[in-house]
Amino acid sequence: MAEKIKTAFLLAGGCAGCEMSVVDLSEHLVDALDSLEIVFWAPTVLDAKYSDLEAMPDKSIDLAFVDGMIRNTENLHTVKVLRDKSKVLVAFGACASMGGIAAMGDLHTKEELFQEAYKDSFSTDNPDNVYPSPEYLLDGKYNLTLPAILDHCSTLDQVVDVDYFVGGCPPNYTFVGKLVNAIIAGDLPPAGSWLTNGKAVCDVCKRNPATTNQERFLVDEVKRTCDDRPDPEICLLQQGFMCFGPVTQGDCGGSCLNVNIPCRGCGGPIPGIKDFGARCASMLASSMTDDATAQKFMDKFNNMAKLFYRYSHTTSKLNHAIAGHKEDTP
Amino acid sequence: MSYTPNIIGFACQWCTYAGADLAGNLRAKYPPSIKLIKVPCSGRVEPEYVMEAFAQGADGVLVGGCHIGDCHYKNGNHKTSRRMMILSKLLEDSGFDAKRLRLEWISGAEGYRFAEVAEEFTKELQEMGPNPIKGGK
Repeated sequence: MAEKIKTAFLLAGGCAGCEMSVVDLSEHLVDALDSLEIVFWAPTVLDAKYSDLEAMPDKSIDLAFVDGMIRNTENLHTVKVLRDKSKVLVAFGACASMGGIAAMGDLHTKEELFQEAYKDSFSTDNPDNVYPSPEYLLDGKYNLTLPAILDHCSTLDQVVDVDYFVGGCPPNYTFVGKLVNAIIAGDLPPAGSWLTNGKAVCDVCKRNPATTNQERFLVDEVKRTCDDRPDPEICLLQQGFMCFGPVTQGDCGGSCLNVNIPCRGCGGPIPGIKDFGARCASMLASSMTDDATAQKFMDKFNNMAKLFYRYSHTTSKLNHAIAGHKEDTP
Repeated sequence: MSYTPNIIGFACQWCTYAGADLAGNLRAKYPPSIKLIKVPCSGRVEPEYVMEAFAQGADGVLVGGCHIGDCHYKNGNHKTSRRMMILSKLLEDSGFDAKRLRLEWISGAEGYRFAEVAEEFTKELQEMGPNPIKGGK
């Protein structure tokens, strides 16, 4: 048998949901171990330390997955090390490829975030105003350190070269299998590309008016999911539920739509879109009957940036320009 | 405060572009700060283009179309109106001054109006200062 493919998983600033999706492979993961050797999976699954990764020879890992955005100095360090050690590096999931949920923090200042997290939030009791500090001297002799939070959130490709991008929050686990097969067959797509079927969520959605012969109308009402229960057969946009399906990659099989929840764009922009939020604005605006509907929409959802860039704020055009200096962050 | 703002203008070929043409014929005076891009219809202007212009450092973006009801394609400018409404809220919520984006309906007969808008907008932008994305340059 050919040599096993050395695989690594690294959790950067994410929530480990992407890794749960890999674990969801269950028996398939066990079967895959015939052709895969997991050499590093930290800090979640394998009992491996960052120092073990640092000790590996350069380019010794065949396939490395990173999930989560770059939020602190630890993330920054570990992904740089992992890049040196691996041949193929995959930004796995919405956070690594687009910034994800935590990237919305960039719409606030660092001070605001700290104030909210360590002082103002409802469940926090912090009368002495203790804030985390990157260094602390315990008992006058033990110098303890914590990773420091960076000024901005970064996607993986803003700090290192990335070979492939996978969207989704979490991504569909089948991507792991597809990549492994592609490596075995020596049939890898060009570096820097998204691994996707290239189709919109609407394409895989079973309510799509084009496939169910429903006539499409402009909408004059705007609803949130808490306002009403959508009809499971009819297109959500047609019912006034603002859905991002038309501009989002549909590798998920429309799983949110299947349970009556409108798409929020975690799959990443369909090919050709340069700015997800702007295209979303354009798509939703064109489906409305009049300006009054657009006004209703803005009143109802109040913050457009957090709505449109829920998973992709770091890759937004304006943010990119502001963040041009990001790569120099120590 | 005497910088010359860099304004990108998207002008619909049936109205605003014709209006700009007329401004020339009428020898109306307006500052040379605006660079016009002719588009078939203001409905052709993707919010992404506006975003891109700002990201590349434009100080202002003017989108010009026909008056509501006059669209050559019946309802292109209706869509523009909605798109720009939502886009300017998106800009505002992203921490960018939405006053840098201006939507105007200027018909082919309103040459002087075009010159007036260009002058007004330039003045406004001069007061606002350069696009912060360029780092104050």
